Amino acid sequence: MGFLLSPERETQVDQILTRYPERRAALLPVLWICQRQNGWISPEVMDYVAERIGVSTAVVKGVVTFYTMFFDEPVGENVVWVCRTLSCDLRGGKSIQEHLEKKLGCTAGHTSSDGKFTLLKAECLAACGQAPMVQINDYYYEDLDVEQLDRIIDAHATQGAEAAAAEFSTHARFGSPQPSQGAPKTSAPPPPSDEAVRLASQPPPAAETNSGGGEDA
Amino acid sequence: MTQPMKPLLTSRYGIAESWKLANVEPAGAYKVAREALTTRTPEDLKEQVKKANIRGRGGAGFPAGVKWGFLNPGEGEQVYLVINADESEPGTFKDRSIMDLDPHRLIEGAIIACYAIGAPVAYIYVRGELAFSIQRLEEAIAEARAAGYLGDKPFGIDRSIEVYVHSGAGAYICGEETALLNSLEGRRGEPRLKPPFPAVKGVFGMPTIVNNVETIAAVPDIVEMGGEAWSALGRLPGDGGARLYGISGHVKNPGLFEAPVGITMRELIDDYAGGMLGDRPLKAVIPGGSSTPVLDPRRKVDAPNEDHPLHKWHGMSEIDVPMGVDTYRALGTMLGTCCAIVMDDTVNMVEACRNLMRFYKHESCGQCTPCREGTGWLVDVLDNLVHGRGKADDLDLLVNISNNMMGNTICAFADGTAMPMLGMIQKFREEFVEAAKAGVPEGVRHDDSVRSVIEGAA
Repeated sequence: MGFLLSPERETQVDQILTRYPERRAALLPVLWICQRQNGWISPEVMDYVAERIGVSTAVVKGVVTFYTMFFDEPVGENVVWVCRTLSCDLRGGKSIQEHLEKKLGCTAGHTSSDGKFTLLKAECLAACGQAPMVQINDYYYEDLDVEQLDRIIDAHATQGAEAAAAEFSTHARFGSPQPSQGAPKTSAPPPPSDEAVRLASQPPPAAETNSGGGEDA
Repeated sequence: MTQPMKPLLTSRYGIAESWKLANVEPAGAYKVAREALTTRTPEDLKEQVKKANIRGRGGAGFPAGVKWGFLNPGEGEQVYLVINADESEPGTFKDRSIMDLDPHRLIEGAIIACYAIGAPVAYIYVRGELAFSIQRLEEAIAEARAAGYLGDKPFGIDRSIEVYVHSGAGAYICGEETALLNSLEGRRGEPRLKPPFPAVKGVFGMPTIVNNVETIAAVPDIVEMGGEAWSALGRLPGDGGARLYGISGHVKNPGLFEAPVGITMRELIDDYAGGMLGDRPLKAVIPGGSSTPVLDPRRKVDAPNEDHPLHKWHGMSEIDVPMGVDTYRALGTMLGTCCAIVMDDTVNMVEACRNLMRFYKHESCGQCTPCREGTGWLVDVLDNLVHGRGKADDLDLLVNISNNMMGNTICAFADGTAMPMLGMIQKFREEFVEAAKAGVPEGVRHDDSVRSVIEGAA
């Protein structure tokens, strides 16, 4: 049995194809549409996409396996990504992960036995100011503690993903400056023995340093 | 303390449902675009962006006006604008706020930029995880199109400007501009060799300008105020305007603030972020995303020579140097994305370093051997160190691996891994020596498996 998109989604694909001068550029958007319908990118989906875009299945597979968000295996009803990178880690991300493993009864990389949740570790999800956080399906849940996390997971299990998102999900926030009041200012710890450290006489190499994260080079 | 500035980029964040056109238009949305497209020339607009001295907000800090000047399309070539919204640098969370809270500012900036550089199409490449932000952008684009600001004859002028959102699918490397272009073309996100640079041969082989979200979102303000006036908001020469500062980690009030270019890290921590969490001492701060070498507040600027760019701050702590692209480069680090990660005295720097190096191992695209292998080796050595399996010469090994990664790869990912690694060893050497002798205590050790792939149903 081959894979087929619903008629509405087929129309969506037709529309997306008009956005690019080359058909192949629609590959990621079309994979997203398929994954939203099918839950994961099965071999049949890859064949379908290859045919629809006009590339080989090998090309599609190469692309699918490059990106972490395309699933080449079935996943649970909900996918929980728990951020493990430094900013979350500093604010208790580890305890969030451990709590999830206990609550869902599976370690990161696995699906709960009732098939409701797949737990995955994620690299930085760009919500560091509201750490620790998790992403569940399409939504972010931030400033977490384990009690809030329990409420969120329970809502997904009992009310479904959309209702849970409507109640608990978060979007970006903007802060107002809060000067430290009366409290000690950023006092540095005692200096090391070689107090004055010579600056690098050369600027760092490559004007365009790191990659990723919204590079502007 | 720093006086909070009159908000610009963030001026509409507080409006109820600020993502809807009807709510932000009375507050000035699209006013500048209308004026620019109907009464100004592209040359004039490009000149304003150049005079604004806006350093690219995505991390490299390249002057956006100069970048626009590299365009020189040949006969029959179509120019593209690509907006980099693949915000994934650990510690960085600023562009998301623009997309969530004022998407129309980004679209207005895109319209003006497209008009200025002569691009009929802009693609906004958003990381796939930000599905919610993508939804907001799509809705805002539909509103702008319905209002006649996008599509055929925007504001009635004889042109066509389209803005499309393109979703990534989870890959940090796609923030590297040529990897992004490959991903946009439907390929694996592997960086391309440069030259040719995107301004010559970018997406679909055409001249392309790639700018960060915050850079493009600043364009309406630059055009409205005039480049020179906007530039004068900043406190440093050649580094103009105001920008978003993010701060996360061990502070009382982590979050996002708008401030002039050139406030100090100490101001950011004390005057904006409420000081250190639990009033503990500051140990280290990663200034602008994980690829920027760490700052150590104990260290003093050593620039006795009068012509040294940092002479003014001679003898002061590293965190008292104004945050600017050039000042931070002179300090031996980078301003990067201007989003800081603050660590107090409870943090073990070897473990913090290992956390970040795991990130790089996971995110290396694997094209170039020094990076693919080097990132893995760094993690292996650091794993050994924290588990008490380390050797005295492991420090030299970490330095050696880093040095062999730098400059030996297609893109700057390997440099962005090696530089912070070397910075950690340079500034917190004693902790690495300690770990080589005795490991890192169990309670301090964190994360022992990197697993973000599915292992089948349990």
